[in-house]
Amino acid sequence: MSTNLADPQRLATPPTFQAVSLSRRIKNGIATGLVWGAFLIAIIPLVWVLYTVIQRGFPVILDGDWWQKSMSGLLARQQGGGAYHAIYGTLVQGLVCAVISVPIGIMIAIYLVEYGGRSKLSKATTFMVDILTGVPSIVAALFVYTVWITTFGLGRSAFAVSLALVLLMVPVIVRTTEEMLKIVPDELREASYALGIPKWKTIVKIVIPTALSGILTGIMLALARVMGETAPVLVLAAYAPFINYNLFDGPMASLPLMMVNERNNPTAAGFDRIWGAAITLVVLITLFNLLATVISRALAPKTK
Amino acid sequence: MNDPVVAKRPAGSGAAGAERGVAAAPTASEAPIPPTPEAPVTTKAPHVRPGDRIFRGLATGSGVFIVVLIGAIGLFLILQAIPSLGLDNVNFLTSREWNTTDPTNLRFGILDLTLVTVVVALVALLIAMPIALGIALFLTQYAPRNLARPFAYVIDLLAAVPSIVFGLWGLFVLGPVLFPFSEWVIENLGWIPIFAKGNVNVQLGGTIFTAGIVVAVMILPIITAVSREVFERTPTMHVEGAIALGATKWEVVRTTVLPFGKAGYVSASMLGLGRALGETIAVAIILSTATSSFGWSLFDGGSTFASKIALAAPEFNDARSAGAYIAAGLVLFVLTFVVNAIARSIVAGHKEYE
Repeated sequence: MSTNLADPQRLATPPTFQAVSLSRRIKNGIATGLVWGAFLIAIIPLVWVLYTVIQRGFPVILDGDWWQKSMSGLLARQQGGGAYHAIYGTLVQGLVCAVISVPIGIMIAIYLVEYGGRSKLSKATTFMVDILTGVPSIVAALFVYTVWITTFGLGRSAFAVSLALVLLMVPVIVRTTEEMLKIVPDELREASYALGIPKWKTIVKIVIPTALSGILTGIMLALARVMGETAPVLVLAAYAPFINYNLFDGPMASLPLMMVNERNNPTAAGFDRIWGAAITLVVLITLFNLLATVISRALAPKTK
Repeated sequence: MNDPVVAKRPAGSGAAGAERGVAAAPTASEAPIPPTPEAPVTTKAPHVRPGDRIFRGLATGSGVFIVVLIGAIGLFLILQAIPSLGLDNVNFLTSREWNTTDPTNLRFGILDLTLVTVVVALVALLIAMPIALGIALFLTQYAPRNLARPFAYVIDLLAAVPSIVFGLWGLFVLGPVLFPFSEWVIENLGWIPIFAKGNVNVQLGGTIFTAGIVVAVMILPIITAVSREVFERTPTMHVEGAIALGATKWEVVRTTVLPFGKAGYVSASMLGLGRALGETIAVAIILSTATSSFGWSLFDGGSTFASKIALAAPEFNDARSAGAYIAAGLVLFVLTFVVNAIARSIVAGHKEYE
């Protein structure tokens, strides 16, 4: 044994299992370290941002007034007031956007999966959905501005914001719905056709319910996403420090707009409101994300 | 003309079906045999039910809608940009000037905006690309199996944080933290043009450097998610083959995962670049606007296309001035369109990613 190690060339064949050489082990170690490091580096900003938001915003939202009052009648440097008006605006703009986007998004996904096949239109649609995913929110806002405000001559309003958000929400819904419809087993469709059920009824009563949990999860995630969009509200809505229930007329606040607005307020009160609005927005988005998880658990197709 | 009659048949069943069969018998002259319950079955294949036709129409219409929509975005932006471009008193592409306060004397050019936009996006990409590659490899190859999913969720959380929150964090928290480092770099490496003292106050942190780092954090999730998806599809045979040859973990990654996923990773990075180019509010909050033009330093301020438009948007009141910003938006749209289209075509060229 020792002679072999000392002079391996005396072996007819080299030993089957050779130890991994030092340089290869070092390279492997470095790679492992770098890959773990990359992950840890990415965690830093996440934790840091969340810590900042919670540390600066949490005391603000503990006040009951924050959830029940608006900024109406307050001077910039006065403490107090709440984000009720902005929360209302964010939720309503998001919901109106969802009401428009969901049917369009689901129908596009149905077209792509059930009808489109490999046709030219289907390929064009897929491509355009991809492009729409990458359209910057400011461009979507400018587009709605050119149509809604300069072409039709209508004023800035919360509804215009919702329209811009639709452009950002539809591609997300199409993507998730498409993925979900694709994994519905063909056997279910075939069994339905065999019973003489029309195709559209098969889609509405068999395919969609089977994929429902995934589709709803996608909608919730998309909603959480558009609620944080700032560019459209900046271009298409004016800030109001009071509550405005009218979607079609007048300025309406929303949480991102409130942050932008309070940034021009150099007092301590303004600073508090910025971070209060930030944590409120993060909390809302987290709630919608959690809701998505709950829905997907509750409605998941029975496997037994 | 025939359709409505035939369409009704399969809907009925039993007695009702037989009754309709009788009623329809005169039109079906080639069927002399008395109508039986089987009759509707033989005529069923060629017709389309009205419900099907409507539903198919709606679905196809939605598909057409999205194609038309993208066209409309381009069209409307072009239509509204043209009048202002005609009124522009300086060259739109090569001027560094941007003055739209007087609608009768518009002077706007996009050279500075383009440079700042591209430099911010490239800084972000340069930082994000290696880190995202590392994370994607970590999540698909290195992380313990039962932890890979929660870890991936944590990275996706980064995408859930609104960009305005990142912007505020970048301005109020990260900027001041970076200041000593920036100052040191300017003092010691200032002779290199990209590290030179910029045109804004470094102490406030509103530099391209800060904005680049924040945008890098924001595009990490998309690059990671797309790369991860591709890396996961590495054929098991390749991996097992490499292991059988005695490869270390890193050698497995280098010889199987990376060659297989390279195109997907490049495509993911292009998608990230598209996002970085269009990132609006975070950049608008962080970057200090500069009075002098961009001087190729990382510590310059300035405006990107998106931030310029966002900051001016509340004051759009003259169609001619607004047109100047719409022209800038059009350039941004074209830029992101091209970048995204390239990204998609890279993936489309690789059938193994399907």
